[in-house]
Amino acid sequence: MTATMDTPNKATSSALNSKVPEGDIATMWENHKFSMKLVNPNNKRKFTIIVVGTGLAGSSAAATLGELGYNVKAFTFHDSPRRAHSIAAQGGINAAKNYQNDGDSVHRLFYDTVKGGDYRSREANVHRLAEVSVNIIDQCAAQGVPFARDYGGLLDNRSFGGAQVSRTFYARGQTGQQLLLGAYSALNRQIQLGNVEMHNRKEMLDLVKKDGETCGIVVRDLLTGEVESHSAHAVVLATGGYGNVYYLSTNAMMCNVTAAWRAHRRGAFFANPCYTQIHPTCIPASEDHQSKLTLMSESLRNDGRIWVPTEFDDDRQAGDIPEGERDYYLERKYPAFGNLVPRDVASRNAKTVVDEGRGVGPLKNGVYLDFADAIARDGRATIEAKYGNLFDMYANITGEDPYKTPMRIYPATHYTMGGLWVDYHLMTTVPGTYAIGEANFSDHGANRLGASALMQGLADGYFVLPYTIGDYLADKLGDDVVSTDDPVFKTAEAEIADQTKMWLSLNGTKSPEHYHRELGKVVVDRIGMARDKVGLEKAIDEITSIEEEFKANVRVKGDATSMNTELEKVFRVADFFELAKVKARDALVREESCGGHFRVESQTEEGEALRDDENFSHVAAWEWHDADTVQTRHEEQLEFNNVKLSQRSYK
Amino acid sequence: MSEQTINLTLEVWRQNGPGDGGRFETYEAKDISVDASFLEMLDLVNERLIEEDKTPVTFESDCREGICGTCSLMINGQAHGPNKGQATCQLHMRTFSDGDHITVEPWRAASFPVIKDLAVSRAAFDKIQQAGGYITVSTGSAPDANLIPVPKEAADMAMDAAACIGCGACVAACPNSAAQLFTSAKIQQFNLLPQGQAERWKRTEAMVDTMEEYFGTCTNHGECYEACPKEISLDFIAFLNRDYVKAKIKNRKLAGQKS
Repeated sequence: MTATMDTPNKATSSALNSKVPEGDIATMWENHKFSMKLVNPNNKRKFTIIVVGTGLAGSSAAATLGELGYNVKAFTFHDSPRRAHSIAAQGGINAAKNYQNDGDSVHRLFYDTVKGGDYRSREANVHRLAEVSVNIIDQCAAQGVPFARDYGGLLDNRSFGGAQVSRTFYARGQTGQQLLLGAYSALNRQIQLGNVEMHNRKEMLDLVKKDGETCGIVVRDLLTGEVESHSAHAVVLATGGYGNVYYLSTNAMMCNVTAAWRAHRRGAFFANPCYTQIHPTCIPASEDHQSKLTLMSESLRNDGRIWVPTEFDDDRQAGDIPEGERDYYLERKYPAFGNLVPRDVASRNAKTVVDEGRGVGPLKNGVYLDFADAIARDGRATIEAKYGNLFDMYANITGEDPYKTPMRIYPATHYTMGGLWVDYHLMTTVPGTYAIGEANFSDHGANRLGASALMQGLADGYFVLPYTIGDYLADKLGDDVVSTDDPVFKTAEAEIADQTKMWLSLNGTKSPEHYHRELGKVVVDRIGMARDKVGLEKAIDEITSIEEEFKANVRVKGDATSMNTELEKVFRVADFFELAKVKARDALVREESCGGHFRVESQTEEGEALRDDENFSHVAAWEWHDADTVQTRHEEQLEFNNVKLSQRSYK
Repeated sequence: MSEQTINLTLEVWRQNGPGDGGRFETYEAKDISVDASFLEMLDLVNERLIEEDKTPVTFESDCREGICGTCSLMINGQAHGPNKGQATCQLHMRTFSDGDHITVEPWRAASFPVIKDLAVSRAAFDKIQQAGGYITVSTGSAPDANLIPVPKEAADMAMDAAACIGCGACVAACPNSAAQLFTSAKIQQFNLLPQGQAERWKRTEAMVDTMEEYFGTCTNHGECYEACPKEISLDFIAFLNRDYVKAKIKNRKLAGQKS
């Protein structure tokens, strides 16, 4: 139906079968649920499923699988499932409820999400996401998630970037926390009932296969250092994204790519590693030893107006700059969406004005987000009710009062759209290994819209994976799990013991943290908001040389038989180095701009991202061989039969 | 946003595992930016220790924006340090002055045993929540979200309770190591909502009884509220006490009646 997709010599790699069902997209998921194989309720207890990670996707999946009657083993490296980084999501969760009667629908949410992702996501997955979005809100409200409500007691909504309807549900500025506590409560119920065996403080360090199929994982107990194996019929990875490859990001300190990366090394293809979301509304960096960047919810863009001085190197305080000398550049360039343009557009524009020399703040590395008009219009009390905790957070970090002076914001790495390649069933290229939530690549294309991460995590965990996993397990009825005494497990355990010994014996001079920071500098500079061929080629060389030094000169103190956060860190940093190289390669090969991936060589006359649908309307999925060989790049062609490809315009 | 730096002397609790007796060690923290957070200051101290080939101090943190509840620390004897309504990760060095001596200890409570140095186990909190901190509603069985209106006041108060980050400062600050503030917040989040009524009395009794297996008794000191980074109200403890008494009556079984 679309003109761009009929180029005959482009084909999906035979290694990638998306398993998207035939038929009308509006009824596809409903029909497919009927056609998938089922596991009879009495047989579910004969299957063991491992879920790694307990954020929104992992907790909701583990709880739901437990409710269905499967034996579930859930793992987290935190001290409690409730600490996963989903907890830090502030703004909200989208759902096509149309409670506001403003013309929303499943189709509109689907359309907005595909468009927002700059036409680099798989239509069928996104449509399913939009369909189940409504069930998520019902489920969470029933669990007691204290969503914001109107005076009549019904649910309130706000609008978010990239959308012209009000479809975002929220719980003050702590929506992620509340949704995670909801999923955690459901998980707790299953733990109490004995359906889920919870393993806290254990970090997955390997995925184990036998005869080509998943049979379990190897973990390290972070309290005792013991390396142990766990077997299962299927493994679900809900281990989040790889944003900390940038070192400074809005991710939590422990967020890492290790579980996903170890699965990649065992055969799971890694898709679109170059797609990273740089979130526009973060607090600008202030000094060298800063450990992370703090996000201010994008919902602030509903009421805050973004501006910089029209003059270059303007040293005046914000209040001293008259209205006529302020450039509300988003409102000027994008009158229809104004301050609510999608994240990638807002971020790139902030970078442009700062690079021009119009940045604000002591380091000239930010832009203003000004609430003066909103406070004058709605009153301070209203603004405080909406954003009070965010304003407090800002005041605490910067020592400035945002009710009086405008906030300063700058983009920071926030979310990764790339991840393990999965088919329509959310299964990776390793049979029996699934990836859900941010750990997979499937729903957001090249850019994620605000309030869609929580939606996807919970959609996968509550409403998609619990159906699709049965289709795989049904054929395994009667098969016992592989014994953890099997050589496949023993070999994997020995490899981890060897690596541990190697890191502890290196006795170099610099900490893992030091090398992580050095890596991050290259990744920010070369694979950040703007990328070009020369820079990306340099990035690969620079990463390789820092990695060599890291492997020769890192110093890991402590032992392998008690809690050792340095040892935990060195494993994670090592995997970030390998990931960073394929991220640069992926960005290098994709010679187009799309969403969060901006190739300087590919832009419109107005400086907007210019896609090349002819050559790049595909997913790139990388296949691991070994540490000394560059991964093989496979392509899955994307077909757009329900959304018309167009140059995104938010004017 | 200044370039100002300060010099500090830290007295840090070092304990090489649960069986070790533990002791304070002194570290000089020089040239610390006042814009750094307390944990960034500790990061720097650790990086310097590593450069000197010494074992860094073990402490836990994750989100570093005051929401995950992983970080802890008694700073000069106060849970999460001197500022009200903040977790340790939100404490910035501009709170301190050049030349200050700062004592850094782990949470003090027998129910939070030390794992190593400044890291403790808060596993008992999970046990309380598993005992009844949920509404029984399996995935897929929920009615439309707007079918049951929730008065705004109830939703707001439930949110006030649900803001608890489970850090354990309330227990660490309490002279009795009681967990009433935590438990009451976790119970009332559900008990205040229409959706939570069906299991209200069962939940209350189960969670309080589990709490009492691990923690001390509340004697209304109010230190918990002073230390709470989310300023959870003491009123929730009052609500809890009311609900617990009612639960003892409502949950009463007839003679010979099982479960």
